Amino acid sequence: MADATPHAVDDIPAAEVPDVELYHPKSWWTKYVFSQDAKVIAIQYSGTAIAIGLVALVLSWLIRLQLGFPGTFDFITPEAYYQFITMHGMIMVVYLLTALFLGGFGNYLIPLMVGARDMVFPYVNMLSFWIYLLAVLVLVASFFVPGGPTGAGWTLYPPQAITSGTPGGQQAGIILMLVSLALFIIGFTMGGLNYVVTVLQGRTRGMTLMRMPLTVWGIFTATVMALLAFPALFVAAVMMLFDRLLGTSFFMPALVEFGEQLEYGGGSPILFQHLFWFFGHPEVYIVALPAFGIVSDLISTHARKNIFGYRMMVWAIVGIGALSFIVWAHHMYVSGMDPYFGFFFATTTLIIAVPTAIKVYNWVLTLWRGDIHLTLPMLFAIGFIVTFVNGGLTGLFLGNVVVDVPLSDTMFVVAHFHMVMGVAPIMVIFGAIYHWYPKMTGRMLNEWMGQFHFWVTFIGAYAIFFPMHYVGLVGVPRRYHELGDASFVTDSLHNLNAFITVAALIVGFAQVVFMFNIFWSMRNGKESGGNPWRATTLEWQTPATPPEHGNFGKELPIVYRWSYDFSVPGAPEDYLAQNDPWPNAPAGGKA
Amino acid sequence: MIAILLFLAVIFLIAGWWLSRQGLMSKPWLETGATGLAPGREAVNLPASKVGLGVFLAVVGALFALFISAYFMRMELPDWRTLPMPRILWLNTGTLVLNSIALHFAVLAARKGNLRALRQDLLAGGAAALLFLIGQGLAWDQIAAMGYFAASNPASNFFYLITGVHALHIAGGLIALARTSHRAWTRDNPERVTTSTELCTAYWHFMLAIWLVILALLAGWLNEFADICRQLLV
Repeated sequence: MADATPHAVDDIPAAEVPDVELYHPKSWWTKYVFSQDAKVIAIQYSGTAIAIGLVALVLSWLIRLQLGFPGTFDFITPEAYYQFITMHGMIMVVYLLTALFLGGFGNYLIPLMVGARDMVFPYVNMLSFWIYLLAVLVLVASFFVPGGPTGAGWTLYPPQAITSGTPGGQQAGIILMLVSLALFIIGFTMGGLNYVVTVLQGRTRGMTLMRMPLTVWGIFTATVMALLAFPALFVAAVMMLFDRLLGTSFFMPALVEFGEQLEYGGGSPILFQHLFWFFGHPEVYIVALPAFGIVSDLISTHARKNIFGYRMMVWAIVGIGALSFIVWAHHMYVSGMDPYFGFFFATTTLIIAVPTAIKVYNWVLTLWRGDIHLTLPMLFAIGFIVTFVNGGLTGLFLGNVVVDVPLSDTMFVVAHFHMVMGVAPIMVIFGAIYHWYPKMTGRMLNEWMGQFHFWVTFIGAYAIFFPMHYVGLVGVPRRYHELGDASFVTDSLHNLNAFITVAALIVGFAQVVFMFNIFWSMRNGKESGGNPWRATTLEWQTPATPPEHGNFGKELPIVYRWSYDFSVPGAPEDYLAQNDPWPNAPAGGKA
Repeated sequence: MIAILLFLAVIFLIAGWWLSRQGLMSKPWLETGATGLAPGREAVNLPASKVGLGVFLAVVGALFALFISAYFMRMELPDWRTLPMPRILWLNTGTLVLNSIALHFAVLAARKGNLRALRQDLLAGGAAALLFLIGQGLAWDQIAAMGYFAASNPASNFFYLITGVHALHIAGGLIALARTSHRAWTRDNPERVTTSTELCTAYWHFMLAIWLVILALLAGWLNEFADICRQLLV
């Protein structure tokens, strides 16, 4: 057994805190609107992401209403349906999950957790948010232009994305979509530079890489991946804009539309798929890695136990990040690729299950014999583990070429990716909000509303997506507006679809309760104090709650230990904060 | 996707080398106390702006590697016709090389604190960069005059696209160069002027390197390389 008693602390010189030049706000506008404080930017990012996410939530209700009760709602025409699924997917993946995890949690947690006063380039950080907001506004604008938003599917595959049969294809919809994506990527790159360089350069004294909380590791690695993967989407978007606006043929093959030969010719739609998925697959892990990191911290804190296998967790995060760049073509098994390529990509896809499984084991082993507090963050964390395992297992099915080919483009795929990168990361987001809300506001979220929110969301998500696997196995394709009278479509299938729809509406209602809770608790929540969860990481040790501009008062904290010192034998409490010099007296002679 | 994978391999090598020096094998749960408080262990010993530029250049590199990947993949299709290279591109390359040389001397001057030489070198660098942009504009004109405009030929589409994106980056670099010059003229804090000049110069060297790769790509010198890679894969 490893010796868990800390070694004696050597003499540590007084903290030499470099005089950091912070831009101090001078007016209401620069304090709350054009703020350069990472915490304010984080809340702006989160607010915008959640707001546009609610739009996507409503879209999902409309999609489900059509699928559950086909023919009942006249306004959901096939065109509208395609627009709904496209916008739902794009918003959820890019504008909600990516922006919330990296722009929201990244901005809030990185400087606080590594002991920095702010991001290293605060001005660029502010620009990042405003460009993101512009991207969201351009996206929203596409709902109001003639023809409406694009209905090309969230993957925007050419040639259909820019032909006249697709909603928005020959109108402004697709153009606004591509412009919005390009803006998002530019904005993200600005923010991403900050997150990476702050982790590299902004760490306080004693905060070695291996003492960083796994949350920071997750967000850091995901940001590096995003910086390298998003350019692929940028290239694809720019080239498609050329095809659409200038008539080039990067992606467009020769086409006959309504009996008329189009001017395009010779381009390759497969080229687009390569570029798109070179971004698209890392994107899955860009969303998953921050979730992995955050959930590790939630589990450790709320089970009062150090994370099992910290080193292995770090290696797994880095390993998954690197591997995720060589699996992209498993999204393209049915694109007519060379069978050997399929074999290669199936192999890499299955290999990535190894580090992922290591992480799952480590979470479970952290819970093992822990002092599990079933707080709201813990409930959501456990919900995440279960859901992620579920979604991951169906991923093993789809990663194999022979199994994927018949399942490709069925509702099984939809159920799989909603489990693994929809529900699972969202669980973590909820858990993280319940966990860090007290730090952001000084008040706890209401427990009963939270319990209602968790149980309805958790059970409801399974009521939605478990049956959906079955729907897919029967052969129901995704993206179909109506199933018609195919022989495999039985009455029970219709009933099942109606059931899923009802479950989706109920889960949606639970989110309304959650939103209400957020606003209600801001004034009426129980006061939390500075460290309600008795957590070890630096953000809980700030002198003020919510932390002020500059985060740590006069002197930056010195870090003496890793971030998981729970239940250390002999320690005065069951946790030791990272800046707690125990068993020595604090530096500077303060008692 | 050869180009981007090679590029990523290089990035991963650098990242792996750096990570290997960060004590990934350490056991943080046993190492309480002063570990890591020794100067130099806790962060990279460079100003944040330089690390930031390095990360940014990696992103720019990925962007161009992806364009090059797309170029190679599109090139295999039957409607590809190789583009004649306008001669002026050679002249443009020359101006970009001149720019890099001038900026290199600017860094030397800034480090020595020779403000006059610094200003001259920055000015020369900026002028060379402007000439490059004008030259690129002329090259675009010549290609259009040869009848290869826009929709007619994928090779010319790529020519416009890639040189256009490169020119945008050059224009962005000019803005940074203008800010640096402004600092050099207003006698800002000499340390900041030096850092600023160094950052600018690194960026422009990188842009020159990218341009040389683009030139080799458009002139067809990289085709054989792509063929070899393809044969390795199949």
